[in-house]
Amino acid sequence: MTRLEFWQGNIACAEGALAAGCRFFGGYPITPSTEVAEHMARRLPKIGGVFVQMEDELASIASVIGASWTGTRSMTATSGPGFSLMMENIGYAIMTETPCVIVNVQRGGPSTGQPTRASQGDMMQCRFGSHGDSSIIAVSPASVQEMYELTAKAFNLADRYRVPTFVMADEIIAHMRERIEVPDTVEIVERRQLEKGALPFAAGEDGVPGFPTFGQGHGVHVTGLTHDERGYPSSTDPGVHDRLVRRLVGKVEEARHEMADYEVTNPDAEVVFVSYGSPARSVKQTVRDMDDERVGSLRLRVVWPFPDFALHEFKNARVFLVPELNLGQIAREAARHTAVPVVPIPELGGELHTPAQLAEIAEGYL
Amino acid sequence: MKDFREWLREDRMPHIYCTGCGNGTVINCTLNAVNQMGWEPENTVFISGIGCSSRAPGYIITDSLHTTHGRAIPFATGVKLCRPDLHVVVFTGDGDLAAIGGNHFIHACRRNIDLTVVCMNNYIYGMTGGQGSPCTPLGAISTTTPYGCDEAPFDLASLATAAGANYVSRWTSYHVKELTRAVKAGLETPGLSFIEAMVQCPTGYGRRNKLRDARLMVQWMRDHSVLMKKWKQMEAEGRPLPEDKFPVGEFVRRHRPAMGVPEE
Repeated sequence: MTRLEFWQGNIACAEGALAAGCRFFGGYPITPSTEVAEHMARRLPKIGGVFVQMEDELASIASVIGASWTGTRSMTATSGPGFSLMMENIGYAIMTETPCVIVNVQRGGPSTGQPTRASQGDMMQCRFGSHGDSSIIAVSPASVQEMYELTAKAFNLADRYRVPTFVMADEIIAHMRERIEVPDTVEIVERRQLEKGALPFAAGEDGVPGFPTFGQGHGVHVTGLTHDERGYPSSTDPGVHDRLVRRLVGKVEEARHEMADYEVTNPDAEVVFVSYGSPARSVKQTVRDMDDERVGSLRLRVVWPFPDFALHEFKNARVFLVPELNLGQIAREAARHTAVPVVPIPELGGELHTPAQLAEIAEGYL
Repeated sequence: MKDFREWLREDRMPHIYCTGCGNGTVINCTLNAVNQMGWEPENTVFISGIGCSSRAPGYIITDSLHTTHGRAIPFATGVKLCRPDLHVVVFTGDGDLAAIGGNHFIHACRRNIDLTVVCMNNYIYGMTGGQGSPCTPLGAISTTTPYGCDEAPFDLASLATAAGANYVSRWTSYHVKELTRAVKAGLETPGLSFIEAMVQCPTGYGRRNKLRDARLMVQWMRDHSVLMKKWKQMEAEGRPLPEDKFPVGEFVRRHRPAMGVPEE
């Protein structure tokens, strides 16, 4: 069963989180993500959850990580400048394998930039913003419906792989209002608990250790220092560091097939749009308007880890066109994985590409 | 009652602290206070930031978070708000708490979140080799104040008091009985409790400031601390307060509204 609502993207995001069992939100006001915090402030206390407005974004993400160690599904929401401040503790969450969800409603940067205009300029920052080698998971919603669904899904991915998971939205999706079908329940994949007496950072074949929830007698020491399988600091042994970092990266990268989530339109196409987030809406209209089997589309719902194999589904592709609200961040990633030419179609300033503009570019390659 | 040593993670020994370091004394006093509360390791959590003081939770058998520099308190806030029934103690140092973590510190005092924060104030950054901190005394030599510190230091206990903490006291590693009692009073008080423990760092601070070993540094703290009652008396009588001395004892104990307090 579902019910119909007419919601703003940010509200759908908050409701998706609540449906997924999120019971802790630590945040700090920032445009254009603030409505997520405001909605959580209204809703969480009524359902036994905790909302706290922290003194800055450094503290927000820290509180989220602390909350997660009590076994609580926890999240924060922010935008560009706040996202930059969170990088330090996102690295800590990666190193300590703390499940958490970070919503970034992207706006124009660098610096204060365009607080009220959309951008996808943080796609590489979410992937590589922390110092050190690491991998994370990022989803990118293209509708209010997906703000709900992908936020809920982000909690499952975070818990399954014990890694910070990003909902990389943008101002257009976050502030638009549209029809949404709200399901009665969403799928919930709980984090696997550590067995009593097992080493807290020893992983099985999937590279993901069981989670030792605080307050259950595990006596786990959690540190951002390089640590051994007991969780004890071991920061000078090259082998310990090598094994740890390769596992942290491998558990995400090697699962790229099982977490892949994308849509293919016209797999026999020669000219193929690759998109995610709000530009995917323009692409959808363009492909419909052109009504030509030679024009196809790959739309990513999970952007990181990047599903390189999805590009190879287009056997006849002669060019990949990548419209983004940045100067070609995911276009560069796509180009790494294919011998077919990849052409970025950048749009800066906060406006979407128009379908007419995209059609004109596509026609140039037909 | 347990022996405080039963709280230690013996397979982590030896610890990293230098000969003569005062941090062990503060850990000892804190664990004795925790022990006197009758708390169990499974419902007690230690949280720290970065620095010598912040290595303490790694030597204790409870669940613990050794977090990022300055951020221990906001991590602890998340734990405590989700599980008010857990006892949460934060170990920090003067650089961790007052410099990079200063904003989190004052806001935690304002919120009066139910944590006990034990700060090992050794007047310098010990872990990185003795740089000046916000608590380095005027004129003191450190590796980044080679001609004498020309910035006035923070008075951490007064800062916590002004910011709203429910319990604040300051003692030194010389005053082990008083320090243990103060930590216990902090553990008992709902809301934020702040215990400033002045500690000797002969390696990073003392040897550059004519206090060559632990004995001289502890003697210096004994001779330069003035009991709060006497300090207040001097203030009341309008007598000049000695600039090279500092008050020790209880700064405040009160019942402002607090967050994260377990329901009875």
